[in-house]
Amino acid sequence: MTRTQLAGGVFLTYLPAKKFKTSLLSAQFVVPLRWETASANALIAAILRRGAASFPDMGALSRRLDELYGARIDVTIRKKGEAQCVGFVASLIDDCFAPGEERLLEPAAALLGELICHPVTRDGLFLEEYFESEKTNLIDAIRSILNDKRAYADSRLLQEMCTGEPYGVPRLGNEQITAALHPQLLFDAYRELITSSRLEIFYSGSAERSRVEDALRAALADLPRADVEPPPELVPHVLPEEPRTVSERLDVTQGKLGMGFSCGSKDSAALLMGNTLFGGSSNSKLFLNVREKLSLCYYASSLYHRQKGLITVSSGIEFENYQRAYDEIMAQLEAVRKGQLEDWELEAARSTLLNAYASMGDSQGKLENFFLGQAATGRDESPEDLADQVRAVTPERIFEAMGTVKLDTVYFLQGKEAEA
Amino acid sequence: MTPVRYERLGETVYRETLPNGLEIRVVPKPDHVKKYAFFATRYGGMDTRFQLNGKWLDTPAGIAHYLEHKMFDTKEGNALQELAKNGAEPNAFTSNAMTGYYFDSTDHFAENLEILLSFVSIPYFTEESVAKEQGIISQEIRMIEDNPDWQIYARLLRALYRAHTARTSIAGTVESISHITAETLYDCHKAFYTPSNMILTVVGNVDPGEVSGLARRVLPKEGGPVIPRDYGDEPEALAERETRLAMEVSSPQFLTGWKCRPVPEGEDRLRRMVLGDLACDLLFGESSPLYQRLYSQGLINSSFGGAFELMPGVAYLYAGGESKEPRTVAAELQKEADRLVREGVDADFFQRTLRASFGSSLRGLNSFENIAVSLTEGYFGGYDPFRFPEVFDAITQRDVLDFLRDNVTVERSALSEIVPKEA
Repeated sequence: MTRTQLAGGVFLTYLPAKKFKTSLLSAQFVVPLRWETASANALIAAILRRGAASFPDMGALSRRLDELYGARIDVTIRKKGEAQCVGFVASLIDDCFAPGEERLLEPAAALLGELICHPVTRDGLFLEEYFESEKTNLIDAIRSILNDKRAYADSRLLQEMCTGEPYGVPRLGNEQITAALHPQLLFDAYRELITSSRLEIFYSGSAERSRVEDALRAALADLPRADVEPPPELVPHVLPEEPRTVSERLDVTQGKLGMGFSCGSKDSAALLMGNTLFGGSSNSKLFLNVREKLSLCYYASSLYHRQKGLITVSSGIEFENYQRAYDEIMAQLEAVRKGQLEDWELEAARSTLLNAYASMGDSQGKLENFFLGQAATGRDESPEDLADQVRAVTPERIFEAMGTVKLDTVYFLQGKEAEA
Repeated sequence: MTPVRYERLGETVYRETLPNGLEIRVVPKPDHVKKYAFFATRYGGMDTRFQLNGKWLDTPAGIAHYLEHKMFDTKEGNALQELAKNGAEPNAFTSNAMTGYYFDSTDHFAENLEILLSFVSIPYFTEESVAKEQGIISQEIRMIEDNPDWQIYARLLRALYRAHTARTSIAGTVESISHITAETLYDCHKAFYTPSNMILTVVGNVDPGEVSGLARRVLPKEGGPVIPRDYGDEPEALAERETRLAMEVSSPQFLTGWKCRPVPEGEDRLRRMVLGDLACDLLFGESSPLYQRLYSQGLINSSFGGAFELMPGVAYLYAGGESKEPRTVAAELQKEADRLVREGVDADFFQRTLRASFGSSLRGLNSFENIAVSLTEGYFGGYDPFRFPEVFDAITQRDVLDFLRDNVTVERSALSEIVPKEA
C-alpha cells in the first residue's frame, strides 16, 4: 500500500493486487459531518450520478458502462468518525479478463472525472429535473430507514446519545433540511465541495502505479482546487449525569432494546478486545448468555465505535422481557470488567479479530472501506499494525479499559398494542 | 482429485466423488490468505414431506432451519466455540432447497475443516436443548415478520404457488415450530445428512488432496438411499392475482412476479438461468428504456430491481421496489414485455446487455462465498456453473424473446404490495 498526493488535497491510496477479477476505483470527498451540510452532499452525489456533459442522461451513461463490460459506478455516502465521505466507487473487470485485452482503467477513470467535474447544467445550475427527482428520492431514502427496524433502532440510539455532537448526525442528514434545499444553494455547495474538500482516491487492481496516476491526473485535470480544509477535530462525547432512557412506540411485533455506553479509556486495542468478549462475535458473552442460555433473543450484539469511544448494544426481544434483557446485558458487561472469563474466551476473541485483519486483503471492498476510514480520521495504521496492537493486549488492560465503560443512554422500541 | 481448467475465467476446479457419494470441489486461490469451506445438504425449507424407510413423513414447517440451529450443539459443547478458538468465523443458512454450513479462516484450516465435517455429520440433541431453541427461533421469526422485504417476498410466493412447498416459510411459524421434537430432528438428519446427499466445496489457498483425504477420514463410509420428496401437485394457474398487507413502513412497496415454466435438472438449467437474467436486464435493467422512463417519471427509485429464480419444480421472475404507484409500474412492466416480444430488441442494446451481463457474472467470482454456493447449486441442479462464458456465446436475441413470450405473460403474473398503516 502507498498513499501519494496527486494534486492539492488529492490523495491516491494504491493497493496493488493481481488476484481479483475486477479493479476497484473509488473517489471520495471527505468533509466534516454536520446537520447543515450532510443532506446537501448526499444530494449532490446522487445528482452527479445522473449524467455528465458527455453522457448527459441515464441512457447514455449506462450505455457507456455496458460497453465497459458492465462496469458499475455506485454512489456512496458513509460516516467515518465525524467525517462524511461522499463519492463514487467504480468496479470494472480487470483488463486481463476483457476479451480483446482492451484497456478499461483509463476510460473508467475518465468517466469518474467527468461525473465529478462536468455535471449536466443549465443556466449555471444542475438540471431542475435531476434536482427535483433526486431530492424526492433522498427524502424517500431517509424515511425508509423506518422499514428496517433494527437499523432504525440503532440509528435512533446514536442520535439520542450524541445529540448536539456531529456523531449523532445520520449519514444522509434529515428530511426537513433536505426539503429546504434549493437549486442555487445546492450548486454553490457543489462548487465548494469539489474545490476545497479533501479528495481521497483508492485503487485496487493489477495496473502499475504510474499508469493509475497518469489515468487519474488526466481524468481530474479540470478539478478546481483551492485551500483544502484540514480534517475536523473529533468532538469528545459528553456523558450525562444519569443514564437517560428513551422509549418509542411503533406497530411492531418485536421490541428492540438498544444500550449506549461511553468509554473513558483511550486504550482502543483493549476496548476492541473487551467489546469482542462482551458482544462483538458469535461467541461473545451476549450471544452465549442473552441468546443461548436465556433464549431471550435471536440477536444481541455490541459494536465498538473506535473513533468516538462508544460501545452500543443492539438486540431484538419480546416487549415484556425488557427488564430481564437489560439486567442480563449489564451483568455480562460486569463479568467482562471483573475478568470472569473462561480460558478459551480471551484467545477466541483475539483470533476472531486477527482473522478479520488477516483476511481483509482478500476483499477489495473491505480494503477500500478500511483505508477510507483511516484517511478520513487522520490515522495511518495498516491492518497489520492493528493486528499487532491486538496481539499485545493483556487481560489486565482489558479489565482496566472496560472498567471505564459507563451506561449513557437506553433506547427501547416497543409495540403499540401495549398502549391499551 | 481431477482438475478442470476454465481458461476464460482463470480458474481451476478440482473435483471428486468419494465412494460414500460425497461430492467435493476445491478451487485453489494461491494468492489469497483466506480459506473458505462450505458443506451443504440438499435439504431446505421446501422439503417438509418425504419418504423414510418406506413411510411418508409430514414434518412441521421450519424444521430444516431448526435443525440447522441445533447442529452446532455437540456432545462436548458447541462447535461455534471450537471454531472460534481458531479464529474461524462459522455460520450457516437454510434456503428453500438447501442448508449450508461454512466458515472462513486464515489459520488452522485442516483442524477447522475437521470440526465442520464432524459437527454437521454427528447430530447431538436432547429434548431440553431442542426446547430451549424455541425462544431463539421465535424471536428470529418475529424479526422477519416485522421486515417488509421478507413479507412482500413471502406473500408473492404464496400468490404464485398454490400447492408447492416453496410457499412454506423457511423458518416456519411460532406455532409450527412448537411441534418440533428431538426425534423428528434425528429423523430428518438421518434422511438428508448422508454423504451422498451432500457436497463439500473449499475455496482458497489449500491442497485439494488434503481436503479429500480429510473428508474420507472424517465422514461416514456409507452414503444413504435417495429420499423421495413430495413438493405438492402444482397446477399451472396462480393461487392469487394480488395480495396486500399494511405495515409500519415509510412508503408503499411492491413486487410483481411471473410464474415461469419449471426447468428440469441438467445442463439446460444454466442456459435457462442466463436467459432469465438477460430477460430481466432487457426488460427492466438499469440500461433498459423502461427503467429510464419510469425513473425519470419518479415512478421508481434506486430501490427498484428484480431477478430470475430457480428451485426444484419452481421458476419465477420478479421485479419491484418502492413506488407511489405500484399498479402503474406493474402494468408498465407487462406492457414492455409484450412490446419486446412483438417488436424485438434493438440489436446494439442486446449486444451491450450480453457484454454487461458477462462482466457481472465474472465479478461474482471475486467472492469465495458466491463461488461455493454456485458450485453447490450447480451440482444439485445438474449443471456446471463455470461454463457460463460458453452459454453466453450461444445465446441469441430470439432465445430471450422466446423466454419472455413463454413466461412473462399477464396470466402468469401476480402482485404483492405492502402499504403504510394509516396513522
